[in-house]
Amino acid sequence: MGNIVLRSVNKSFGATTIIPNIDLDIADGEFVVFVGPSGCGKSTLLRLIAGLEDTTRGTISIDGRDVTGEAPAKRKLAMVFQSYALYPHMTVAKNIAFPLKMAGESPEVIDRKVKDAARVLNLTNYLERRPGQLSGGQRQRVAIGRAIVRQPSAFLFDEPLSNLDAALRGTMRLEISELHNQLKTTMIYVTHDQVEAMTMADKIVVLNAGNIEQVGSPMELYNKPRNLFVAGFIGSPKMNLIEGAPAATHGAKTIGIRPEHLKVSTSDGAWKATVSVAEHLGSDTFLHVSADGVGPLTVRADGGIAVQHGSTVYLTPDTTRIHRFGSDGKAL
Amino acid sequence: MARAVTTQHKVVVTAAAWAVALIIFFPILYTIITSFKSEQEAIQGFDLIPSFTFESYADVQSQYNYFKPFMNSVIISVGSTILALLIAVPAAWSMAFSPTRRTKDILMWMLSTKMMPAVAVLMPIYLLFRDFGLLDSRIGLTVMLMLINLPIVVWMLYTYFREIPGEILEAARMDGASLWNEIVYVLTPMAIPGIASTMLLNIILAWNEAFWTIRLTTTEAAPLTAFITSFSSPQGLFWAKLSAASTLAIAPILVMGWFSQKQLVRGLTFGAVK
Repeated sequence: MGNIVLRSVNKSFGATTIIPNIDLDIADGEFVVFVGPSGCGKSTLLRLIAGLEDTTRGTISIDGRDVTGEAPAKRKLAMVFQSYALYPHMTVAKNIAFPLKMAGESPEVIDRKVKDAARVLNLTNYLERRPGQLSGGQRQRVAIGRAIVRQPSAFLFDEPLSNLDAALRGTMRLEISELHNQLKTTMIYVTHDQVEAMTMADKIVVLNAGNIEQVGSPMELYNKPRNLFVAGFIGSPKMNLIEGAPAATHGAKTIGIRPEHLKVSTSDGAWKATVSVAEHLGSDTFLHVSADGVGPLTVRADGGIAVQHGSTVYLTPDTTRIHRFGSDGKAL
Repeated sequence: MARAVTTQHKVVVTAAAWAVALIIFFPILYTIITSFKSEQEAIQGFDLIPSFTFESYADVQSQYNYFKPFMNSVIISVGSTILALLIAVPAAWSMAFSPTRRTKDILMWMLSTKMMPAVAVLMPIYLLFRDFGLLDSRIGLTVMLMLINLPIVVWMLYTYFREIPGEILEAARMDGASLWNEIVYVLTPMAIPGIASTMLLNIILAWNEAFWTIRLTTTEAAPLTAFITSFSSPQGLFWAKLSAASTLAIAPILVMGWFSQKQLVRGLTFGAVK
């Protein structure tokens, strides 16, 4: 079980409030991603759940038990840190065995569980090495191994992939998702990378300045962002936000249209635009254009489109996919 | 592109480094050379080739008891180091891992006590030692040297502990380690190179300390520093015997330093945190 409930949680350091007031429900087995820009309080929130920081106000309960004042070790949670935080003086086997040893398991049980974890994570051949002799990806797997052996009620991941290169990040993302499918244990994952959030999460929690902006499934956030912040944060490339006359025609202060919801034509369309940069990725082409009377826009076009710097294109927004926002920044 | 280093450049730099090392080492070398001369040779002037006589060593050994001050040196330096570590490890641990707003000030204040000239407190300390019956006692001297070196020990341990990433200790906490287990299984093994080099340095400092050891002892607790000074006797200076005594006094610490070079170099934490 791994049911986590936060009620009116507040965290302040002296006069500085990091998290003003958060309520959140995480169901058992869910993969929840906290996402937001640097300094939005997502790591602090995770550390509050872990027990590494004390809440200033509010309660945290796990499986119906109030754990607000409990030490991290008593919460039955496992955490994977950004820096891996492996014990450098212990071998891989001893690193993975450490939480079991602390729990007072017998040597036979420890040995069996370590071997099981090593097999799942492809670490069997590295058990006698020290962390210093492993690559970044292997170290990360050891950190995950150390987390899974205890069979915790939930896993906490604090930006676990940000030290890895792009290719490895993709592989590890997949591995963590597979691990979740296998274990079906609650996972809370903190990242500033909205691609990680979109691809891995059952539920995304978008945070900004310590407040929850929106909670929902990746597609809910993509299709129905509740405000300008979420609209701008979720989706890659970013949603185009347009103010002024084009917005007014839709009865809004600001309208948002995603790059993939703009139809590109070289002959005719609603807005005439000049291409400033065309990024040809093969599968797609990202056009950065300046549209007359609208302003700068990003467009996702077909990979085969033959335009370049200076070309004139015509854009037509998909009117069913236009997001409207009022003067308070909230969706209309 | 790396800078090209020519062989000629390497030779010049190496030669210069050796020259500097030789200049620094020369007084010790000359002491050792002189210790193998006869008293007559020793006063005749500068000469790098001794007659390789062991006369002075034999004299030092037979006329004066080398073993007693040697044991005093060992007891005082090792004792004061262990005592200092017992106090400094918890102190440095708390300052490194749960610092307060005043931690930096306390560290600076501790260090500032080292800036005070020792002679300024000679009188009060001498009187205190006299009143408590600590003059010429190994216990008194051990406590004294511990107090003198404590700021340095705390500072060194503090800097070593600060290099241990807090996340590793947090990981241990998440893994269910109690404070005691955290210290025994995680912190201490990671801090061993730091603790070892602090210990070695402190032993060396205590071994070489000459101000208090000479002034607070006479015969019973006199360590090797006092042993050396006893050779500048009223009957005149005996250079060869003084050199032999000095060589005997520095030899143990030289040997220890030589064998513990590796311990003095740290690097165990590499690879744990990227």
